[in-house]
Amino acid sequence: MLDAEFFLRWMNALARAVDREAARLTELDAAIGDADHGTNMRRGFTAVAAALEKDAPDTPGAVLTLAGRRLISTVGGASGPLYGTLLRRAGKALGDEAGVSRAQLAEALRAGIAAVARLGGAKAGDKTMLDALEPAAAALDESFAAARAAAEDGAAATVPMLARKGRASYLGERSVGHRDPGAASSALLVGALEEAAR
Amino acid sequence: MRMLINVPETVVADGLRGLAAAHPGLNVDVENRLVVRGDAPVAGRVGLVSGGGSGHEPLHGGFVGVGMLSAACPGEVFTSPVPDQMARAAAAVDSGAGVLFVVKNYTGDVLNFDMAQELAEDEGVQVAKVLVDDDVAVRDSLYTAGRRGTGATLFVEKIAGAAAEEGAPLERVEAVARRVDERSRSFGVALSAVTTPARGTPTFDLPAGELELGIGIHGEPGRERRPMMTSREIADFTVEAVLDDLRPSSPVLALVNGMGATPLLELYGFGAEVHRVLAERGVPVARTLVGNYVTSLDMAGCSVTLCEADEEILRLWDAPVETPALRWGR
Repeated sequence: MLDAEFFLRWMNALARAVDREAARLTELDAAIGDADHGTNMRRGFTAVAAALEKDAPDTPGAVLTLAGRRLISTVGGASGPLYGTLLRRAGKALGDEAGVSRAQLAEALRAGIAAVARLGGAKAGDKTMLDALEPAAAALDESFAAARAAAEDGAAATVPMLARKGRASYLGERSVGHRDPGAASSALLVGALEEAAR
Repeated sequence: MRMLINVPETVVADGLRGLAAAHPGLNVDVENRLVVRGDAPVAGRVGLVSGGGSGHEPLHGGFVGVGMLSAACPGEVFTSPVPDQMARAAAAVDSGAGVLFVVKNYTGDVLNFDMAQELAEDEGVQVAKVLVDDDVAVRDSLYTAGRRGTGATLFVEKIAGAAAEEGAPLERVEAVARRVDERSRSFGVALSAVTTPARGTPTFDLPAGELELGIGIHGEPGRERRPMMTSREIADFTVEAVLDDLRPSSPVLALVNGMGATPLLELYGFGAEVHRVLAERGVPVARTLVGNYVTSLDMAGCSVTLCEADEEILRLWDAPVETPALRWGR
């Protein structure tokens, strides 16, 4: 069973990963966007870690809901509402159970991903975070390690894609050949999940 | 990197402290990132709230005041503000007559303003939204996030602000804002790339002797790159690009806008070329504004925005305005 402790470990591992990789995310964004993805994600997850430190919720759902709310009120840009919605909706889907199974987590993530797709109007293949998250959520039914590998493969698969959503879409053909920064940060999110499970 | 800053993390807050010091008539909340008219809420008047990433000064904080915005929400550099800011702004300026959000068409701005609308409506504030999307450099909007919001934001904010100041109800302020957006088109050119404080190096590599056509206002690369052109050639290209999309049958408002690092001498010279092309194309110009209004930090370059005016638009454009960056008629 995955308890609140597990979800706190996940969020803290993610905050560390985002902090470590912020410069790389910003570089990816500079190529096809406006060079602030790393800075924005770091600001958001630093705030998430501080909020969870101050007030550690005691259910998995509450951890994710609080994290999502903090992201929405600190990040801005597109990533604030998108990552905020992902975690908040996944948290809501988990309800107030004290422990959940990996299958329940996968189901909750799929609910969060569906909300992100609705909000951003994007689908797989548009060169967005969905290209990493969707395969990861599917592979999570198998194992945490499979989810991590699927997210990393999904992020790598955005390189040859033509961006259809977000700021990179303004580049048209010139967006081809660059990894999507949102897919790269989503791979960090799934990587941190696997780290928390180790 | 030569920047007049302390550390990148405090650039936005430091700028807001300076805005407050220079314009004591504004209520500047540095902590919550809000610039509000000192006399807000104004009884019986619709509140006009705009916002977006910082780095486009004087947009938006410089346009807060009598006859224009009631409040502005500056985000981090090139990053949209968060919903809490906009909801706070709406509460601060609502006199019961409702609030219009002016939103530039960028995914982040749209999503955050959508969430803010929900928050504000939960608090009982009536909110309408207008989306500014004037940039003709973005093609195939079916396959992109749609045309970007750039220079026309100034037209929308000035004209809707004048309508609100006159006491027009929310539906009318919203309708005139939408009409101004529908009748406005822009095109921008970069002569140098932009350097954000957080990154410290140019966001794209633009060698001397080349320019980038069809840029946005965030240092995102444009539509194509060409060898450097003269002011005359750039005016021909940009005005043609705008007129390809907008075929005005009445006199236009013209904004000849600098991106931040191009001197006024060059902008006025460019403005003369813009007038020449418009005259050649038989498009009369009703009013012209030249200056750095919708900027992109230290980017050199310019953009042209045209709005096909009508009688009401002209009257509202000429109405008195008193803000840090735009003032006339009072």
